[in-house]
Amino acid sequence: MQPYNLEDLERWEERIKELVKSSGLNCFGQDFELCDANDMLGYMAYSGMPSHYPHWSYGKAYEKLKTLYDYGVSGLPYEMVINSNPSLAYLMRGNSLLLQILTMAHVYGHNDFFKNNETFKHSNPELTIETFKVHADRVRGYEEHPFIGSEKVEKFLDAAHALALQCRRNLSVKKLSGEEEKKWIEGKFERKRDPFANIHKREKADEETVKHALQKVPLEPDEDILLFIRDHNKRLEEWQKDLLTMVHEQAQYYIPQIETKIMNEGWASLWHKKIIEALGLPQGLMVEFFVKHNQVVVPHPGYLNPYHLGISVWADIEHRYDEAKSGNICEEHQEEYKRHGEPGDALFGKISGIEKIFRVREIDRDVSFLRQYLNHKLMRDLNLFQFKKKDDGNFVIEQISDDDGWREIKNTLLKNVGTNTIPVIKVDDGAYGDGGPNLLLKHYHDGRDLYLEYAQKTIQYVKSLWGGNVVLEAVVDGRNCHFWVSENGELKKDCTKSQ
Amino acid sequence: MIRDPVREDKLRSDRSAGDRRRHTQKVKQAIKDQIADILSDEAIIGKSGDKIIKVPIKVHKEYRFVYGDNTPGVGSGGGNESKGDIIPGQQQQGKSNGQAGDQPGTDYYETEVTLDELVEILFEDLSLPYEEQKKLREMKVEVRKRHLGHRRKGIRARLSLPKSARERVRRLQQTKNAIRQKEREVANLRGAGREEDAKKEEEVLKTLKKLLGELLTGDAREKLSGDGKSASRAGRFPFRQDDLRYKHIAIDERYESNAVVFCIMDTSGSMDTLKKYLARSFFFLLYRFIKTKYSNVHLVFISHHTEAREVTEEEFFHKGESGGTFISSGYLKALEIIKERYDPAFWNVYAFHCSDGDNFESDNDNAVKALKEIVKVSNLVGYGEIKPQGYGGYYGSGMMNLFKSQVKSEHFHTVLIKERGDIWPKFKEFMSKDKAREAS
Repeated sequence: MQPYNLEDLERWEERIKELVKSSGLNCFGQDFELCDANDMLGYMAYSGMPSHYPHWSYGKAYEKLKTLYDYGVSGLPYEMVINSNPSLAYLMRGNSLLLQILTMAHVYGHNDFFKNNETFKHSNPELTIETFKVHADRVRGYEEHPFIGSEKVEKFLDAAHALALQCRRNLSVKKLSGEEEKKWIEGKFERKRDPFANIHKREKADEETVKHALQKVPLEPDEDILLFIRDHNKRLEEWQKDLLTMVHEQAQYYIPQIETKIMNEGWASLWHKKIIEALGLPQGLMVEFFVKHNQVVVPHPGYLNPYHLGISVWADIEHRYDEAKSGNICEEHQEEYKRHGEPGDALFGKISGIEKIFRVREIDRDVSFLRQYLNHKLMRDLNLFQFKKKDDGNFVIEQISDDDGWREIKNTLLKNVGTNTIPVIKVDDGAYGDGGPNLLLKHYHDGRDLYLEYAQKTIQYVKSLWGGNVVLEAVVDGRNCHFWVSENGELKKDCTKSQ
Repeated sequence: MIRDPVREDKLRSDRSAGDRRRHTQKVKQAIKDQIADILSDEAIIGKSGDKIIKVPIKVHKEYRFVYGDNTPGVGSGGGNESKGDIIPGQQQQGKSNGQAGDQPGTDYYETEVTLDELVEILFEDLSLPYEEQKKLREMKVEVRKRHLGHRRKGIRARLSLPKSARERVRRLQQTKNAIRQKEREVANLRGAGREEDAKKEEEVLKTLKKLLGELLTGDAREKLSGDGKSASRAGRFPFRQDDLRYKHIAIDERYESNAVVFCIMDTSGSMDTLKKYLARSFFFLLYRFIKTKYSNVHLVFISHHTEAREVTEEEFFHKGESGGTFISSGYLKALEIIKERYDPAFWNVYAFHCSDGDNFESDNDNAVKALKEIVKVSNLVGYGEIKPQGYGGYYGSGMMNLFKSQVKSEHFHTVLIKERGDIWPKFKEFMSKDKAREAS
């Protein structure tokens, strides 16, 4: 292994930075910090944050990572980068020079993505590190408070964590304020002079219906469950409301990363490859680069490696657009376009591959990215297949990416990326039923049933936060049922009430 | 910008330490909560204490709303997959790009602990306070030998050669030092012109030198080497009796407690596998618990139907028998063994009898009589009636009521076990009786 020191790293970083600029990437400032394996495990357990509020689940994450690392099951990642401005990344001290160079180039890819992708527009990167620090200080304050204490805080956080990801997924869609929502609902019922009244279906409403609709709490189903509870449970104390806000804010911070995992890793991998190829490394380092690069983007049989899938799609887009612009479309693609038509993009053939991928990295998220650009040929090349768990714990392959199967596989894949892995559950009614303000949650069924053992425990958490009864409406085994948890913790259901 | 923060080890904070500690606490609690289940597992009962077992522990899962694992996932393959292929479950896990915690059923620990550790955790809340322990019947035993320095007298076997050798050298050195000192004094006196005093001191010096000469050829040497000729050993000097040091050993005595546990089980035809399993779980806990309290625990297994036999552990738990039931036979056998081998003056006797309560009526009187005898000599006697639900109650719990009404002693208790979940709470209840008695 070639020895190196801090000056070497700085020199390489300088060169990488030049290439980053000249290639059109547009980054935040980038800080690197060297750390050792233990620090790295620590950062990973706390999602890279230099400070984070305490909770046992992070201890659990640390132990798990450490066990995997100690037994050699998983190496440490080469890099850990957080979305902040300036962006902060960690480099592991023991890594070889090539790994450090590769990591730095990769980190710049992420950095560009954080800064430019639409999904991250609302993540407030200027305040990231400070926000997490302030949260940590406040939680510690509550833990040390003589009338609160760590036990209460922990219990409350346990419950809040269970619901943290039940929040809005697309932060670009504006959340209406109460007044705006009222207006919108009134608009829904408003009778306008409409020459096409027969075609436009408008809910007919007498005053009673409108009044009723305006009295509903929430007016429209609310996806931010923690915030709804914060605003509508009158018995919560200030520190509890504060915790709910914090947990919600932190979850919202991570949503964009969940939403763009495949794109983001693919983008960074694509760019570390481009940059390193342009760096003109000596041959020895270049050989090492190919080995490491292939380790990163290797397909894991049976899994989906986001690095692999991501870089494959990015490279495919770039290749096709370059081809189309130069007018030199290869036979295989011509064949494909004849059968399925060209990509439905007005700019196809007009802009270069590089221009195209820069546009895509700005506006897409994993779901839209894969829906548009993961084509049949690519799926075949990647040997994507669909599996399902059998009762005996083994898996059976249901579909492979042949002419019959690829569409189904793609649909399944889309359901398993980004926040689509999280069931959509909204607060439907905050004053449901008799006997106190009961909370009615509604699961928006998309063909996948909730896992009831987990639902049961989670409902209990909601109950503890809400301080009253909680009913979950969900479709399970084809029947729409109401679920709730009785006093002694059993899951009860009633499939007669709802249609 | 690249920073290389150098932190000294002592200044570096282990930031996750607090959260890890809290998590460990929770894991321990989880072990505790599940321990009765773990311990009544078939595979564990009857294993020795240092046996390492793998315990799957459901830790506090981070519950949230998730989809079940019966929803399809997508993976990438090598290209030779075809529809209907089966992939073994072990290798196949990630359909969600490894997003942590959103898949049910993967959140468990498998931790390796020894059975002893498990038992320690289990009985943490149940152990007897020290004061109470003193009331147990005790006997004097030699525990260990302690080394308490050296003495001048002793037996040959405890002769400490290094120590003696050091003493010898020291003696030589002391004499030599004394001579040198005297020589200086004599010279000083002469220098001061005090010839008379100097002469006096010279006499002393002569004596000392003679002494040194004696040391170099001394008596001890003759004794040890056995012949008068010592030329070959010139320059060396011998041991004297004064030099020899012997190790001093003290023997600690401690009051030690012994216990014997009689496991008496009804193996008549009506005791089926389930009942035996419940019984044996209870016996197992009893044995383990008593083992934590006494340093020396003996276990006696007696199985009986119409007659009783002392059997091995293996036979006790695995052999089925048939026939009717004379409960008295088991008790009489136990009494016989107590008389032969376990004098109650030295042994704390615990007896526990498991039966399904179907006894021949003609035997009832004898059984009560024998039981009373056992209660007299024991710390604690238990009668456990195993009545799994769904077994008809033709016979009611006749024996239980009979024993309850006839044997009135704080040393005797009855336990009714209906299902697996009963074992631990009933056991705790049973042992707390012992505690209460000891305290009174």
